[in-house]
Amino acid sequence: MPNVKRLKNLSGSASIVGVAESDSLGKVPEKSPLALHSEAALNALDDAGFALSDVDALFTAGWSTLDVAEYLGIQPRFTDSTSVGGSSFVIHVAHAMAAIAAGYCEVALITHGQSGRSDRAPIPRNPGAPMAQYEYPYGIIGPPVSYAMACRRYMHEYGEDRTRQAMAEIAVSTRRWANLNPKAYFHDTPLSFDEYHDSRWVAWPFHLVDCCLVTDAGAAIVVTTPERARDARKGGVPVLGAGEGHDHSMISQMPDLTRAFGRNTGPQALQMAGVGHKDLDLAMIYDSFTYTVLVSLENLGFCGPGEGPDFVASQVTAPGGPFPLNTNGGGLSYTHPGMYGIFTVVEATRQLRGEAGERQLETCDLALAHGTGGLLSSTGTVVLGRS
Amino acid sequence: MATDHTKPLPVAQPESDHYWEQAANGKLVLQRCSDCGEAQFYPRVMCIHCGSRSIEWIESSGRATLFTFAIVHVPPHPGFRGDVPYVTAIVELEEGVRMPSQVIGIEPDPDQLRIGMPLQVVFDQVTDDVALPKFRPVE
Ligand SMILES: [Zn+2]
Repeated sequence: MPNVKRLKNLSGSASIVGVAESDSLGKVPEKSPLALHSEAALNALDDAGFALSDVDALFTAGWSTLDVAEYLGIQPRFTDSTSVGGSSFVIHVAHAMAAIAAGYCEVALITHGQSGRSDRAPIPRNPGAPMAQYEYPYGIIGPPVSYAMACRRYMHEYGEDRTRQAMAEIAVSTRRWANLNPKAYFHDTPLSFDEYHDSRWVAWPFHLVDCCLVTDAGAAIVVTTPERARDARKGGVPVLGAGEGHDHSMISQMPDLTRAFGRNTGPQALQMAGVGHKDLDLAMIYDSFTYTVLVSLENLGFCGPGEGPDFVASQVTAPGGPFPLNTNGGGLSYTHPGMYGIFTVVEATRQLRGEAGERQLETCDLALAHGTGGLLSSTGTVVLGRS
Repeated sequence: MATDHTKPLPVAQPESDHYWEQAANGKLVLQRCSDCGEAQFYPRVMCIHCGSRSIEWIESSGRATLFTFAIVHVPPHPGFRGDVPYVTAIVELEEGVRMPSQVIGIEPDPDQLRIGMPLQVVFDQVTDDVALPKFRPVE
């Protein structure tokens, strides 16, 4: 079990000094996934005021760090290709802090790049792997079908109508945030409750607007020591708490379809940071689907099991509301290239730095970023503060 | 019998050869641990409950209840274009394990499907060599 006492000593021992997206997001068929990684990496280093030659550690998922390092022309002394889905990059932030604290490296670069929309050659899965063997033949393929089955179980346990209303609340409030983010795919497209309910079915109980976007995008994060963070262009955002883990791979083997691994990583990250839910000013929660947000809020402990629908009622998570959630417009309405987790950290950092433009929160001293990966399989949670 | 099967087919591994061979014979088999007595899905070389390597095969009764489902409208793979809408499911077998499958023989309508409804295994012979265990509502 994690030793929280020792983890508390690690709290704040590294800081985020650079965050960025690739030059363009959305439909970017003219750029390969590795090109998106690289653009984002250079932009994040520029954001930090660091050079590519400062980087001595590389973290990525989907692609191997071998490919990304070679493409960037760097020779890292610490390497981590932990790839457990879209949560990976949140987990990388914690791994970077541990590696920095242990002395393996000083400047960690985390990169992401995916052409979810335009990819010419998606990476195939080994057809003998359990998921391909036992689920694919039934057409249980990809996230919408799997998450839809989890959502249906939640509806059974906690009520279909109130779950549906909660999903609508999340879709609409997230779109309202996207309408404030010029980089969001749906920046110019509002969404009403009627439009939510009229949206076509993808995999019942999911409407199209319950599902995240499929875009091309990259993002990157630079993490370093508190000492070097002082020389960074914008200072540092300290990493105060973290948790990671997973409890299954394919959806049919998930122990409890209404309790994802955030039940462990949320409390651990908060305990490590020495803060409570009420102290947080912002929650960035991976929204692969509206249901993912609903269940994550419960798992993380913002409310109890089955209480999510009451928690998100009446647009409390929308701009101006008392519980700012996914202020970039989320995977639902801003961008979602496949493994979106890194963007939760990018936005949390921007809000903590006070550079989120029209969507900037009045007060943002403490933020939580939470990634979910695979088929509700893995989670990574970090708590970020202000220097 | 479909000979132009364009859907993904299971590629058996050494520990699952028996499972797929028996499915082709119209039998649903599971593993049970000789030490702790627990059943498991899917086949492995060890018991996920106690770590024992002492595993035996048992034949499932094929009786199950519907644990959850989805109705797929957008085909997630070209092979399913002609099938939508279809019902994917996680079923709970009488032996206490959950497995992924489809519910067939029912309207793909959320009001027709009831979580907890009793189901019985049937075998869908998708190629000459491969049969998939699927589930049908019990009358
Ligand atoms: Zn056992």
